[in-house]
Amino acid sequence: MKKRNRRQKMCIGLRFFVLFLLTVCVAGFICTDAARVTDFSRKNMAPCLLYPFGTDWMGRDMLARTLKGLSMSILLGVLSATVSACIALILGVASATLGRAADRGIGFVIDLMMGIPHILLLILVSVALGKGWKGVAWGIALTHWPSLARLIRAEVVQLKESPYIQIAEKLGKSKWYIVRKHMLPHLAPQFFVGLVLLFPHAILHESSVTFLGFGLDAGQPAIGIILSEAMQHLVTGKWWLALFPGMMLVLVVTLFYEAGETLRKLTDPASVHE
Amino acid sequence: MDRGEGEYAAAPVLKIEGLHISFMQYDGGSRRKELTAIRDLDVEVGAGEMVAVVGSSGSGKSLLAHAILGLLPYNASMSGKLMFCGSELSEERIRQLRGTKIVMVPQSVAWLDPLQKIGAQIRKGRGDRKTRQQLKDIFYRYGLDQEVEKMYPFELSGGMNRRVLISTAMMEEPKLVIADEPTPGLDLSVAKRAMGHFRELADRGAGVLIITHDLELAMETVDRIVVFYAGSTVEEAPAADFNSQETLRHPYTKALWRALPQNGFEYIPGTQPRVDDLLQGCPFAPRCGRRTKDCDRPVPGRELRGGRVKCLYAE
Amino acid sequence: MKLEVKQVSFQYKRDGRKILNNFSMSMDSSQRLGLAAPSGYGKTTLCRLLAGYLLPDQGEILLDGKPLSSYRGYCPVQMVWQLPEQAINPRMRMRDVIGEGDQVEERILRELGIDPAWMNRFPSELSGGELQRFCLARALGRGTRFLLCDEISTMLDLITQSQIWHFLLKEVQEREIGLIAVSHDRALLDRICTRQIDMDIRVRPLTKPQHSEKYSG
Repeated sequence: MKKRNRRQKMCIGLRFFVLFLLTVCVAGFICTDAARVTDFSRKNMAPCLLYPFGTDWMGRDMLARTLKGLSMSILLGVLSATVSACIALILGVASATLGRAADRGIGFVIDLMMGIPHILLLILVSVALGKGWKGVAWGIALTHWPSLARLIRAEVVQLKESPYIQIAEKLGKSKWYIVRKHMLPHLAPQFFVGLVLLFPHAILHESSVTFLGFGLDAGQPAIGIILSEAMQHLVTGKWWLALFPGMMLVLVVTLFYEAGETLRKLTDPASVHE
Repeated sequence: MDRGEGEYAAAPVLKIEGLHISFMQYDGGSRRKELTAIRDLDVEVGAGEMVAVVGSSGSGKSLLAHAILGLLPYNASMSGKLMFCGSELSEERIRQLRGTKIVMVPQSVAWLDPLQKIGAQIRKGRGDRKTRQQLKDIFYRYGLDQEVEKMYPFELSGGMNRRVLISTAMMEEPKLVIADEPTPGLDLSVAKRAMGHFRELADRGAGVLIITHDLELAMETVDRIVVFYAGSTVEEAPAADFNSQETLRHPYTKALWRALPQNGFEYIPGTQPRVDDLLQGCPFAPRCGRRTKDCDRPVPGRELRGGRVKCLYAE
Repeated sequence: MKLEVKQVSFQYKRDGRKILNNFSMSMDSSQRLGLAAPSGYGKTTLCRLLAGYLLPDQGEILLDGKPLSSYRGYCPVQMVWQLPEQAINPRMRMRDVIGEGDQVEERILRELGIDPAWMNRFPSELSGGELQRFCLARALGRGTRFLLCDEISTMLDLITQSQIWHFLLKEVQEREIGLIAVSHDRALLDRICTRQIDMDIRVRPLTKPQHSEKYSG
């Protein structure tokens, strides 16, 4: 058995992570119908062999529901986090390269958005766009970019001082060339780490917004809905309705976080050769 | 365990034989690769003398300082003999002696803590009367005002910088002082003055090791020069030997001498190779006019006319 | 072509020390000028001003009678920095680094001793001397009329230093490129320059005319 060095182990870990995500999504897709099927003859069953996560008050298989809900949340989270990260990249680079006015303007927007409580803003956007999938997705996308944008801006401001970028300017290269060839490759690690670390936020926020009733509607069993409905039944002792979906949510979020940290360790120059 | 005082007098302060330093790096993908920075380095510093290791920048010679002080980065590995005052300089021993008997003079004030006043830093927090007086004395010697003690590193001017840095070494009574590029960017006359401080340290009995790329400075200020090329030390000679080409030994050293602007400004073709691109034998062989088959095997060092050289054909 | 510095003053901080105070000089592209002074006397600042990296607080810098800042695109005054590791993007292959220059001729790469095998490598795989050759080649594009060398060989092997300067001397003479060399090594400047300027911070440059050329200003 070949001795694997640390970096190879990290890469394997990352591959497993992606595989796990894909499995969940595929499983969720397969379970679409199973998640909706109601059968009152088997309602409120505690976890057993046949139904490892139990069933809810409408007799729906909780395992199927959870898987489906997770896959929805993951897809939603990934999509909105990606859009958000892209907005952050564009605005971060723009504010550092397009002159004082752009910098002040974008800086003002960033400060403004960071001053308003996250959830509030999210709910506002979501409701303004009519809730549902579209509302939540845009809500998350439009509210998560400020801190990453700030990071990217700081990075670009520092990069601008690099001798090789100043030299490129004197060699006649256009601003766009410099951004494309010199800055973006340098920002890529920061960008991807920031992107992956946005997922947990996005997923959790989606769940909370839906839980509060401002997000997806009851028909789509995202984790938020599942948890929200389970709350009403906790009092009557049906713990499995909240425990398993909650645990799965924590697991996925933690995995995303670990993946982000792993990526950062792989790309951080200080620990890159461990 | 250190031996008694009598042993100190005999053995050189620092003796390094066959030093080899390499790094583990990832080569851009997931494969680990070993990069050699120093292949075979020998140097000896006696009490009271100044020795310079001269090699081009980035050739890995700076690692020498870190290796002696036990401060190599996490992915580096080292082999070879390191002896301090006659006995082995193990990791534990260097930890004890670092900062007291073996000191390194930092390259610039960037090495100092920017948030601590100079006085407190140099005294390393000790506030007793003896230490305070010692610092006052040292500052007086170097023409530094009392106020400098209360200043922060960023407030120092260029000249003050250097004097403060060398004061850090003077506080203890070191037996070995190591300086890595102590006079970056300085005019020769100013640099020579700065090197004078190190000469004082040597006159007080310490062994001083200077690591530098500036051959001219070394020629004018130190006692012995060790020439470093492509990972190995190829010659060790008294500084006086550098006054003419004939008194030098190794072909590389002679080529260096001829390349000096004041000596002809000549050059030989080729560039200094990466250590890992070299095969077993003499590192200079690919560029040497006197190369033979025997040069492709490891070349041992030998004494020659009061110096040492790793060349089969030096005379 | 003429490069002129007219009564230029510059300071880095608003109420800081004036690095250059009413400094003037001029040279043309057939000359090789040496700048010598201890650190802190403004040599690097002057280089940055001449190459257009900084704008003077007062006074002007003219190339061929026109203000340097009016030249868009490729700047005819190119500067080679002291530390090639910083002057090259660590993520770019060397081939792309040369590509950034203004149609650098194959011949220049050959004469500088740049091994074709190095073109595919990344900067971290090459030594300082090898990197500096690339920086020089990059700066010697078609449109270069003046070349500023700020301590370019200080950190290099003496033999490499000699190789590089021999090439540069030949190149700038053939192409009539004006050369400004900054170095603390007087012996080196004596070898390569036709004129030298000793910079004194207080105001006027003192000059040490070499050969038979006279400096007027």
